[in-house]
Amino acid sequence: MTTLEAAEHEAEAKGTPQSTVKTRKRPVWMERPNPLVQVVKAIALFISVILVIIPFWSVLATSLADQKTINKSAGGMVMWTSSPSLNAYKAILSGGVVTRAMIISIGITVVGTLLSLATTAGLAYWLSRKSFGSKPMLLLLLGAVLFTPGLIPSYLVVKEFNLLDSWWSLILPVMVNAFNVIVMRAFFQELPQELFESAEIDGASSFTILTRIVLPLSKAVLAVIGLFYAVAYWNAFFNALLYIQTTDKWPMALVLRTFVVNQTTIGGDQVGMSEVMPPQLPLQMAILVVAIVPILIVYPFLQRHFAKGVMIGAVKG
Amino acid sequence: MREAISTGDVEDAALQRGRFSRTMRRLSRDKLLVGIGLPGAIVIILFHYLPLLGNVIAFQDYQPYLGITEAPFVGLTNFSFLWDGNPAFLNALVNTLILTVIQTVLVFPVPLFLALLLNSLAGEKLKRLLQSILYLPHFLSWVIVVALFQQMLGNAGMLNTFLINHGLPQIHIIGVPDLFKGLLTTQAIWKDAGWGTIIFLAALSQVDQQLYEAAAVDGAGPWRRLWHITLPSLKGLFILLLILRLGNSLSVGFEQIILQQGPVGLEASEVLDTWVYNNGIIGGNWGMSAAAGLVKSVIGILLVIGANKLAHVFGERGVYEK
Repeated sequence: MTTLEAAEHEAEAKGTPQSTVKTRKRPVWMERPNPLVQVVKAIALFISVILVIIPFWSVLATSLADQKTINKSAGGMVMWTSSPSLNAYKAILSGGVVTRAMIISIGITVVGTLLSLATTAGLAYWLSRKSFGSKPMLLLLLGAVLFTPGLIPSYLVVKEFNLLDSWWSLILPVMVNAFNVIVMRAFFQELPQELFESAEIDGASSFTILTRIVLPLSKAVLAVIGLFYAVAYWNAFFNALLYIQTTDKWPMALVLRTFVVNQTTIGGDQVGMSEVMPPQLPLQMAILVVAIVPILIVYPFLQRHFAKGVMIGAVKG
Repeated sequence: MREAISTGDVEDAALQRGRFSRTMRRLSRDKLLVGIGLPGAIVIILFHYLPLLGNVIAFQDYQPYLGITEAPFVGLTNFSFLWDGNPAFLNALVNTLILTVIQTVLVFPVPLFLALLLNSLAGEKLKRLLQSILYLPHFLSWVIVVALFQQMLGNAGMLNTFLINHGLPQIHIIGVPDLFKGLLTTQAIWKDAGWGTIIFLAALSQVDQQLYEAAAVDGAGPWRRLWHITLPSLKGLFILLLILRLGNSLSVGFEQIILQQGPVGLEASEVLDTWVYNNGIIGGNWGMSAAAGLVKSVIGILLVIGANKLAHVFGERGVYEK
């Protein structure tokens, strides 16, 4: 734990926690690296990176492939298509099951993330100040991290609230993640408290302090926690499986399960096109791609904040 | 309490009116702050603590039309699977334990190796790029990961297409019960090994460079330095993460497994979590499933406490102090 605490302070000071203390140049005392060892290391890393990239590449290439290319590979995945076509994407995005699921998932992700950030920040802010009831509430929060309610009782609570088959069942139960609250509270506590005091003397209310001082200073942590929430909402499979019964209300995860994992055939009436259907495999891979793309889009923007968010969580949690 | 109240007048007045009104006074002073935090607090209570109370149905003969309040209490009847040797439950338990051991031994140390590998790289830019790529799978859902694996390793997947085209024998990986646990392990490594390096890399960057220098002066080569400086510096963190993992150890990838249960069958794939789901939500056996879930949670908590004790014995801090 102590190493971690030091790590965090270091991160605080440098701003960029992952870039190690100095730009790495071989220190005078270090011997010239053994070329053989270097080669082995490089190969090991190269293989791990390739193993991550290949599936993405292949899925993308297959989603763009036409019937001829698919036939040539005996109906399997391809790595290269000479005549890429967007037909599969046109089919799934021109209305029908996948388009609807896409809109539903985007809606749940946007609404859920905003609500989550607002409630999480509010709770974290309350607990970060020495104020009425913040201590017992903090204990309650730690308890929530430690004790996870079972599957059956959670289901029954959602059922008793009449949330079954409602999109709210995908948002409300996971809206506030206790661990994220703890991370955010830790961040708020590290802000210079003098700022709050002087604002209070100037007559600012708690709400003003939160919106004008705390939140603008906490963009990094808001970005990380926001990303975690957004990814969780976008990916939510388990809750959807449990709580959503009507096919028309399916989010992306259930569409993926049905059409890609279980390989249920996609009919013309299930997508916007009914005349000429692209082959099944590109259709399935196109669904997979549209499920991955939103994550790829936000990923680079938020990536630089990861380590910081994770470290705070590890230290204070 | 006293110093929290600012002016002398207020303090005296509050003292006279006793504890309750003092509390009320503090509440009214902080009401805006409490109000800001309350929505989040309510969600935690409703969706975290209420279900905890809902575990009471483990001791009831719960019927959906009766509801929790009406259901009759039946004592420990629901826990009968523990002693009457319910074969399905035993199978799930055995699978869970095997997976727990496999995942602790094989999956858990991978991020450490990867972090050591990344850390020994020279170029900072290259290192960053590799990290970005390796972190990515963590953000994909299990549905996506399972779908990707099917397309790569399935019977009509990339690997087999490649093997057929080159006249080699096919390898069936997806849907073979014997290989299922290996498949789960591989998927878990693929998804989260890169992500797990973050914390180790951060700890590695904090190791005092002078230690390395001193060791080198004393004649320690790279491997000696790794063994005597780097690894000991990571020991505390490693044990901490291991203990935290133990608490969740009986939850071995619910989503991952439920998605792939179809083709391999229950015998190879059923674990405690899926047993609870299949038996309770699907099978309508509410009380018994809740009981199994409760047993699982209790074991998880005991494991954490036990592991923490063990860490203390070996002189480590663990999750919490003695």
